[in-house]
Amino acid sequence: MKKLKKTTDAIEKAMNALFTFCGFLAVAFVLMITVFLVISGIPAISKIGITDFLFGTTWASTAAEPRYGILPFIFTSVYGTAGAIVIGVPIGLMCAVYLAKMSGKKSAGIVRTAVDLLSGIPSVVYGLLGMIIIVPLVRKAFDLPDGANLFSAIIVLAVMILPSVISVSETAIKAVPKEYEEASLALGATKTETVFKVVVPAAKSGILTAVVLGIGRAIGEAMAVMMVAGNVANMPGLFKSVRFLTTAVASEMSYSSGLQRQALFSIALVLFVFIMIINIMVNFVVKRGESNE
Amino acid sequence: MKKFMTMLIALGMSAALAGCGETASTADSTMQTVSTDGSTSMEKVIGYLSEAYMSENSGTKITYNPTGSGAGIQAVSEGRCDIGLSSRDLKPEEAETLDAEVIAIDGIAMIVNPQNTVSDLTIEQIGKLYKGEITNWSELGGADAPVVLIGREAASGTRDGFESITGTEDMCKYTQELTSTGDVVQTVSTNPNAIGYASLASVKDSVKLLSVEGVTPTTDTIQNGTYKIQRDFVFVTPKGKELSSAAQSFMDYAASTSADEMIEKAGVVPVKR
Repeated sequence: MKKLKKTTDAIEKAMNALFTFCGFLAVAFVLMITVFLVISGIPAISKIGITDFLFGTTWASTAAEPRYGILPFIFTSVYGTAGAIVIGVPIGLMCAVYLAKMSGKKSAGIVRTAVDLLSGIPSVVYGLLGMIIIVPLVRKAFDLPDGANLFSAIIVLAVMILPSVISVSETAIKAVPKEYEEASLALGATKTETVFKVVVPAAKSGILTAVVLGIGRAIGEAMAVMMVAGNVANMPGLFKSVRFLTTAVASEMSYSSGLQRQALFSIALVLFVFIMIINIMVNFVVKRGESNE
Repeated sequence: MKKFMTMLIALGMSAALAGCGETASTADSTMQTVSTDGSTSMEKVIGYLSEAYMSENSGTKITYNPTGSGAGIQAVSEGRCDIGLSSRDLKPEEAETLDAEVIAIDGIAMIVNPQNTVSDLTIEQIGKLYKGEITNWSELGGADAPVVLIGREAASGTRDGFESITGTEDMCKYTQELTSTGDVVQTVSTNPNAIGYASLASVKDSVKLLSVEGVTPTTDTIQNGTYKIQRDFVFVTPKGKELSSAAQSFMDYAASTSADEMIEKAGVVPVKR
């Protein structure tokens, strides 16, 4: 009897240790990535100079006199993400309202399956479709010489952020107490008024989380935008060929060497800082939402 | 106690992992491996060469890692592969520690959309196009339409070859910088105003091949040098270091006349010996 207890104790302890180990493994990875990025990103920044690097407007990494200014990439990433949010969030939000409030069980099922599928499509497929369908379409629609530009990238990104915006805001809308809605309807408000003036405001912290998650997805996307944005290091314009922070790293990494390679790590570091800020924003929004309730 | 256990498990796991690595590398001691790493443009060539070589030498396995010329040169200089593959000539600082052997020549083809009426350009015209001095096809006898310049990413071997031959280094006003030859062909085939450059071997019927200075790129015109836009495919090896017998034998095969047939099959041109 005593022996049995001893073995179970040992197993318990071993398993406990294993669980703890796995738990801390995730932390270890994050720490490793952070340390790695900082260590490999700092040298180029200090060599180039932080103002020249962050605020330089010319990127010519392989020129005889290389210039490493990433302001065009930063602006492109910010504009691209903002554009995707402006187009994607209203669509996503209204789709979430439809799913949570307006749809029948059957049609909701169909829409939800479609949204889930959308989130499972690999980004290279979005890129391919963008390249073959959206780019020529944008070229013809706006009578441009070429359709690979910021606008095409924004459209692709807007579609890509839909799934996360929809599912998170749907959950938020569903969490709004039914009494709010009933009270509003009882006061004579129409369904539309109720949705926009009662339900959505009540779910705003959840919806804000959805927006921030969408920003995270859009700013970190590389493959799809690489295939539709044209990848020239221009200062951004809606119908100009542009290069994002992510694509700047991805398109040159495989061939790079020396300071160029280090500068790519520095771009990755900048991107990492952006994503960190977004994560902190999510935490802040969620916390504030909780304390409001 | 908890801490101790955690450390113990971590240690055990890393030991097991280290063990794995060793067995994997020594398992095929009868099989000799020649690892090649580098230029994506050389994929076809290396595919044909290694297949032909392996069918005659069953004891050797040739691996190919398509990473790009720069990455391949770096890999061979760091000893991570036996032979580096480069579709550009070595830079002076690279040539200090590395040897290069040209095994084939690749013609860089100028391609336009099939709707484009222009069919011949001079190198000077190509240079002017890419520098943004000619911006409308009508200046070259084509339709009244803006020129869309399609190119490759900054460190591509094809771009390096193209820009150095046409004298447009760092001056190209690209509309799109794409990351693969296939993307260039695809984009040119869908945009009536586009012009691009790509390895001759990758050019498909969906685009129109231009002649340069009156010379259409073919095996003969590339080999005898009359077609001007061409570059070397190079095997890169460390200087002063003996290759493994398998790697040396593969190098010898690739540089011999018996490999010419395979090189031609791959759509590029063998070196004239």
